[in-house]
Amino acid sequence: MPYEYLDDIAISDVAFHAWSDSLEGLFVDAADAVVNTMLEDLGTLRDVVHRPIRLEAESVEMLLFQFLQEFIFYKDAEQELLRPADVKISGKDKEYVLNCEARGEKMDPERHNLLVDVKAVTFHRFNVQPIPEGWEATVVLDT
Amino acid sequence: MNIPRELKKINSTVWELPAKYKEGMRVPARIYGTEKLIANMDAGVFEQVSNVATLPGITKYALCMPDGHWGYGFPIGGVAAMDPDTGVISPGGIGFDINCGMRLVLTSLSLEEVRPHLRTLVDRLFARVPAGVGGTGFVKVSQSEFGDVVEQGAHWCVKKGFGWAEDLDRTEETGRFKGADFSKISERAVLRGFKQIGTLGSGNHYLEIQVAPKGSIFDERAAKIFGITIPDQVVIMFHCGSRGFGHQVATDYLQRFLRVMTPKYGIRMRDRELASAPFSSPEGQDYFAAMKCAVNMSFANRQVILHRIREVFSEVFHRDAHDLGLHQVYDVSHNTAKLEEHVVDGKLRKLLVHRKGATRAFGPLMEGLPDIYRQVGQPVIIGGSMETGSYLLAGVETGDQTFYSTAHGSGRTMSRKQAKKLFRGKDLQKQMESHGIYVRSTSYSGLAEEAGSAYKDIDEVIEAAHQAGISKPVVRLLPLGNVKG
Repeated sequence: MPYEYLDDIAISDVAFHAWSDSLEGLFVDAADAVVNTMLEDLGTLRDVVHRPIRLEAESVEMLLFQFLQEFIFYKDAEQELLRPADVKISGKDKEYVLNCEARGEKMDPERHNLLVDVKAVTFHRFNVQPIPEGWEATVVLDT
Repeated sequence: MNIPRELKKINSTVWELPAKYKEGMRVPARIYGTEKLIANMDAGVFEQVSNVATLPGITKYALCMPDGHWGYGFPIGGVAAMDPDTGVISPGGIGFDINCGMRLVLTSLSLEEVRPHLRTLVDRLFARVPAGVGGTGFVKVSQSEFGDVVEQGAHWCVKKGFGWAEDLDRTEETGRFKGADFSKISERAVLRGFKQIGTLGSGNHYLEIQVAPKGSIFDERAAKIFGITIPDQVVIMFHCGSRGFGHQVATDYLQRFLRVMTPKYGIRMRDRELASAPFSSPEGQDYFAAMKCAVNMSFANRQVILHRIREVFSEVFHRDAHDLGLHQVYDVSHNTAKLEEHVVDGKLRKLLVHRKGATRAFGPLMEGLPDIYRQVGQPVIIGGSMETGSYLLAGVETGDQTFYSTAHGSGRTMSRKQAKKLFRGKDLQKQMESHGIYVRSTSYSGLAEEAGSAYKDIDEVIEAAHQAGISKPVVRLLPLGNVKG
């Protein structure tokens, strides 16, 4: 679980820091951090529905911003909580492409300990950057 | 202590950061609060309210209400009035939960009459008003019908039988912002929201049965006009917003504004959450029309929830909702931008007033108030934490200093993570039960996040608003039963 929630940014909201040795790994961690805000134990999610995700963006930052929104979208539109699998990111400069499959299931209060709803990913202190060990990101969620 | 050295005391409840505090500030920033509230304010408030002061077209002051706290872009509690011709509109000055707001409903029942049925009422409300993560409501509409809902707001609901005609009169802007345009809405926003009419949401959203205890009335005349007329009268207050639909509208336009802000309009911001476009630009006008759809979704959401409340009370007491006196007192918006007329330096001007976590509080005789409240001012509904109680206030004449805006709640002082470290939801529920407050929640951990100690002292916030002359207390309300989202 290479992400941690921060308690010194934006008091009414949820902020987290995620890091990984690869960009793909960072995206997986960050998506898990978003879903973990809504669901206490990610291990309780079964692999039932598969949602392919394909995104294009002009920067790594915008790619992550859009990617995280996918998980918020399915939570409302389909009542599904999902986790990313097989994340592939290609491209450079102003053209980045992401492909992955999001997997999970419909929320079930009987089996899922649901926490707080995530309304949106904010741009407040939103940051994605390379570090000597790989990549890191800081994200503030509106909850 | 987070207070900047440059903060100047204007009077006991008004504090100012001068325009020279930060490069680019066009007007001074004014923060409302007692000495105690200011001393404990987050550093983020000073940082953010002074950023707001840099927005093009901002008029007079960038303001922060006494319950202000660190948000993103604007502080929560932020108020900014822009010149519509030269100024900007900023989704970050409104918030993701567009028209998150409060509704207060009367009953003709006393505490003594309600007490034996409290658990049944809360349990049934918990079952009938879905709360928590995601969630779908009982009103089934097609995607195109949803277009009517968001263009007509609470009017659509009343037409469909989910409410009384008088509810509209007792809602800010009659429960519909005119000029909402469904063609400005993305498919994603529709898909996120069209099944969520009649749902509470989570976090600080709740539905509460409350009592106006003897001795908690500050203004007899106003209380009577607002409908608080019997000893230990029971009322119902709830807080919720535009759900996934509004969140997506804000997200869509935030991204669109970021693309055009600097390249097309040459506007630069210190925080991307302050992304803005000229109000008169195509992007600004599109967002304004889309935002109104989200405002109306929120009014519709609260209208349908009111309908559910009337059903539940009728069933439990085997009496008609009219007979139980389930009249709405008022419905106020927290997160909006509106074109209003205000007098600035002796001149009447049209202004685009952004309120983010702040309530409009019109004084007596102002245009836009329902006739029944004209003499006493607009009802302002202030939700406190679950443990500490809430307030009903009234707008006052001297509210012109804040473009007739006041606080919206008690304001967090502790992050959600910290609250969870300090409190356990189950303990909190037991502790509240020992005080006679029955709580149902979809999440114990969510409950812990809403512990009373995670919030500012509401009495101090109300005192600040009162002393500053931006609203006056009418009744203090205590919780009896709570459905927590």
